[in-house]
Amino acid sequence: MTQTTTAGIDDLLAGRLPDSHGRFGAYGGRFVPETLMPSILRLETEARRALADSRFQQQLSDELEDWVGRPTPLTRARRLGESWGAEVWLKREDLTHTGAHKINNALGQALLARHLGMRRVVAETGAGQHGVAAAAACARVGLPCEVYMGAVDVRRQAPNVLRMRRLGARVIEVESGDRTLRAAIDEALRDWVSDPLGTYYLLGSAVGPHPYPWLVRELQAVIGREARAQLQERSGSLPDLVVACVGGGSNAIGLFHAFLGDPSVTLLGVEAGGLGSEIGHNAATIVHGRPGVLHGSRSLLLQDEHGQIRETHSVSAGLDYPGVGPEHAFLRDIGRVRYTSIGDEEALEALDECSRLEGILPALETAHALAGARREAASSTGRTILIGLSGRGDKDLGILAETESRDGDPA
Amino acid sequence: MRLDTAEVGGSRAIESAIRAANRDGRPALTAFLTAGYPQRDRFAELLEAVAVEADVVEVGVPFSDPMADGVTIQRASRAALNSGVSLPWILDEIDRADPAAPVLLMSYLNPLLAFGHERLGDAAARAGVAGFIIPDLPVEESRELEEALEPHGLGIVQFVTPVTPAARMSELCARSRGFVYAVTRTGTTGGSFDPAGAAEMLARVRRISALPVQAGFGVREPEQVRELAPHVDGLIVGSALVEKLEAGENPAAFLRSLRNATRGDRR
Repeated sequence: MTQTTTAGIDDLLAGRLPDSHGRFGAYGGRFVPETLMPSILRLETEARRALADSRFQQQLSDELEDWVGRPTPLTRARRLGESWGAEVWLKREDLTHTGAHKINNALGQALLARHLGMRRVVAETGAGQHGVAAAAACARVGLPCEVYMGAVDVRRQAPNVLRMRRLGARVIEVESGDRTLRAAIDEALRDWVSDPLGTYYLLGSAVGPHPYPWLVRELQAVIGREARAQLQERSGSLPDLVVACVGGGSNAIGLFHAFLGDPSVTLLGVEAGGLGSEIGHNAATIVHGRPGVLHGSRSLLLQDEHGQIRETHSVSAGLDYPGVGPEHAFLRDIGRVRYTSIGDEEALEALDECSRLEGILPALETAHALAGARREAASSTGRTILIGLSGRGDKDLGILAETESRDGDPA
Repeated sequence: MRLDTAEVGGSRAIESAIRAANRDGRPALTAFLTAGYPQRDRFAELLEAVAVEADVVEVGVPFSDPMADGVTIQRASRAALNSGVSLPWILDEIDRADPAAPVLLMSYLNPLLAFGHERLGDAAARAGVAGFIIPDLPVEESRELEEALEPHGLGIVQFVTPVTPAARMSELCARSRGFVYAVTRTGTTGGSFDPAGAAEMLARVRRISALPVQAGFGVREPEQVRELAPHVDGLIVGSALVEKLEAGENPAAFLRSLRNATRGDRR
């Protein structure tokens, strides 16, 4: 809806956003069928209570340390830094249990689901990383888990499908809609509507109706808190630039949050530029989208003139989504975070560079952040750059093998 | 094409049509059609034919992500979108047609936002639309659109569900316009139907609501109409009707069988 954006960065820093309507300025809210409203309102109350409860927080931080493997290291990337003319630091979410930042959120919400007395958990997944994280977290807390995954993604992320199944989850292949992440969310919502009181919807990104964008951000904010403290300890200063990839935007919001109040720190979100700027050829929602309502919140969307959601493209399944978290749309509007996009080819080049220079094979999603950082480094040298190494690339070997056989041996 | 006056059009026309059916000794029947389905070119004709049998017609604006709908309406929506159906086209078709029953627009919020709240009320009223059903717009978010529609005599039908708490149900009934849409089970459109559970819930809604109460989600047989008739002011048939259209059957005959299910035996 057309509201005037009067909220600013001070409101965000003071904890006044999201407001009581779940809004970040003009974005956010709760746009769900009436059947889900009682569940969503209860989830908000209970989640606020749990996150403010020292026993719940203790349980969460014990599990983050004991089972997830936090804190994750901050790695100085010397050879990348030399190559780019910058001081480069990588926040290593790829070293968490299950191999991506997704586990921070999945564990927190699985504990919450058990705390709420839910009978079962449903989740959606794109690249499969959230599905694997949800399956693992549900196994850990002892709840049955069903994961909706688009048929296109089931094929391009086959190893993660096997992992979810070994972890005891049921993977439901979605043949409706565009058969990717967006259709998987539609199906998970339909499942939840059928059993709103007994089913917990474990949403994997900072999207969806309030309270999810807030809840997911709170659970991912550990990334930025750790990174900020680690960098200050190691280098004695703050970074000049912080870079993260943005699909729905959960790893980015988690990394950025600790730095929002540091005016000297430039924040850069990198979206999937796919094959180009033409509609349908990318998933760069903030760069190319317009305001609208999808999957329960008002945000920026890739849509046509009649408000129909457009199909997207990215080599990275985890970024292949036509929407973005409402807090990112807000941060764009107030100018606190800058957003750009990186195409498939450039992301693949950055993936190879990081692998060969640092011995770290990043996820395709993460490769977009690396490429964005490299571009920035080229425009002005000598800066300290912190990059969210959001996940590891093992899951992408199938796609990498395809590009290799297409292009011959990579350069 | 109808006149844009609050006395004869808008949400009041819907309420009157339901009450008129009740005075006839039967529950009102609201028929759902996906706009432009099964044939885009013959939609105005279909709308008129269905409006002869139904007391109210609900025209669904197809959306790319219909999260509250089951597989039947998902399929119909996709087919309609593929044939180029859009909200401006739908308003033109409703305007061009001369349906004998009031027409409601069912739309997810985003196509309405893309059309623009400012011009929606005027364009819809001019086309002869009598009200809106918006499945992803709960009362917490609907004030702005309500205010944009009200000057045109148009309002939004609110849903109540089996999990709606009592206090919330009072607010939903007070905010609703035309009728109160009782979703008699949780889930998407087109699933199964439990008459006994529905009766208990409908009794609660009717105690609270000053507006007629219509039940939907899973109505498909004349037998169900007979069972539910004592508990409702009207019934909404959606997926079952779209299935008939998908199968190439005559929608009018099907609607007549539902309408005549309780002939003469109500109350």
